[in-house]
Amino acid sequence: MKEIYDLLIIGAGTAGLAAAIKAARHKISVLVLDEQCEAGGQIYRSIRTTQSLRPEIYALLGADYQRGDNLEKAFREAGIEFLSGASVWQVEPNLAAHFLRNGKSLKVRCRSLLAATGAMERPVPIPGWTLPGVMGAAAADVLLKSSGKVPSGRVVLAGSGPLLWLAASRLVSAEVEILAVLETTKYAYYLHALPYLPQALRASEYLLKGLRLKRQVWRAGIPVFSGIRKLRAEGEQNLKAVHFYHRGQSNIFETETLLVHEGIVPNTQLTRQLSCEHCWYERQRYWHPLLDEWGNTSVDGVAVAGDGGIIAGALTAEASGHLSALESAFQLGVISKIQRDNAAKSYRKTIRHHQAVRPFLEHLFPPNPEILVPLMDSTLVCRCEEVTAGQIINAVKLGELDLSQLKAFTRCGMGTCQGRMCALTVAEIAANIQGKSPKEVGSFRGRPPLKPITLGQLADSAD
Amino acid sequence: MLKSFGNSKGKNISIWFEEMPISVQEGESIASALLSAGVEYLRTSPLSGDSRAPYCWMGVCFDCLLEIDGQPNQQSCLITVQEGMRIRRPALNFGDSV
Repeated sequence: MKEIYDLLIIGAGTAGLAAAIKAARHKISVLVLDEQCEAGGQIYRSIRTTQSLRPEIYALLGADYQRGDNLEKAFREAGIEFLSGASVWQVEPNLAAHFLRNGKSLKVRCRSLLAATGAMERPVPIPGWTLPGVMGAAAADVLLKSSGKVPSGRVVLAGSGPLLWLAASRLVSAEVEILAVLETTKYAYYLHALPYLPQALRASEYLLKGLRLKRQVWRAGIPVFSGIRKLRAEGEQNLKAVHFYHRGQSNIFETETLLVHEGIVPNTQLTRQLSCEHCWYERQRYWHPLLDEWGNTSVDGVAVAGDGGIIAGALTAEASGHLSALESAFQLGVISKIQRDNAAKSYRKTIRHHQAVRPFLEHLFPPNPEILVPLMDSTLVCRCEEVTAGQIINAVKLGELDLSQLKAFTRCGMGTCQGRMCALTVAEIAANIQGKSPKEVGSFRGRPPLKPITLGQLADSAD
Repeated sequence: MLKSFGNSKGKNISIWFEEMPISVQEGESIASALLSAGVEYLRTSPLSGDSRAPYCWMGVCFDCLLEIDGQPNQQSCLITVQEGMRIRRPALNFGDSV
């Protein structure tokens, strides 16, 4: 590792890999850091290990996953410096990045930084969601990729969005016993989405894929309950049952695993810590960093590519990684403005194509209102500090508290996850009570350390 | 809680969990190896003591935190098993009296 790089890329997923490959081609010095054990991000998680050790799973995951093979291979063959198992816990305003690796905190400087930190599943705060046995549906998919494992007992899937169906279809292929798919999508949402269908047909491969996934679930004879309400998980030490209402009727499934999903949201921890300006995206109800058409944030030298910017999928992320690297090459004086703009054209065309389906999907799959503001006051919102929706509601009612004050009053967002799992819910609750939009309520400030670090590691890292 | 799908070409290796030897497959995460070996939860909440297991499997929920080879608070869903690893649940809860 050198002391300073032209470009430091944080995240070796689709966007980060594409950016690194393009930057290396322009002879820019690049270092890539990723907290996982190998390159691939979540979409192509553990692709090299899966291919070499778990051929049946590699085959099961299909073309959407195998596409990552070329990208990962090109990245490796380009000889780009890459540190896996590297967790960034702070980036200073002068772009010195601190990260933990093998138990030590290291520091590296850069002229520009690309946050390719991707997306995370939107947390789904329902009663009982901290019980072992309850996890994300996309999380189960990631588990299949990263370790070749599936839930051993009965499974219920619940929520909405394309990844719910992708997870269901892959678990069907993996011969998992699925009791039911509980959709929180309402019929009315199809009407909301309909006006965007003609535009979506320009990227009809997404629509056909969606139908294919659903058909696979139906053909497996799995019951699908649409428009379910009041979902809750029950158990003592682990999950025993899932309750819900369907057409006004109370239903229960005894099960060992519940997979929940309500879409994905940008992982903004790093851009928050860097004080980048963020915007509220009303349609899907999440925060994202404010970006220009090249992925530059409001902070000089800091850019974002991929789903950490706005949720748009793997292929858009890859194109945005290329665009970001072209911009870096231009800023470093390696290529001219005209060269940059010409090289960007094909990537912009790719992005336009894949974006065509987004308005349709985003209207069809809005996050379930019952999890934005949890239905029951006893529901845990902050998993780390065990703060309930009711405690947050009471704190908000004490006065017009902002999010930092709510944090100080209740400790929500102060635990090990640093608010990753509760920030959106806390903002929605505060906004709901105050009759505002989360846009006006704001979000938690991002503060280092972004990852758990011991005092010893901190002391050893001091200059 | 978890099981394999398909065959793994990975070798069987041994790790230690709470001083007990466990045989696991090469090339998988510590969290998934433990939950496949019959371990029912990974840690307890420092406040209520309730059992927790990974929710996100990608490094954002921190419900997989374990002590690995003496290093506390390691995200066990992001770390691959290695022969002879010594893994323990977090030693002390904040709620415990000291």
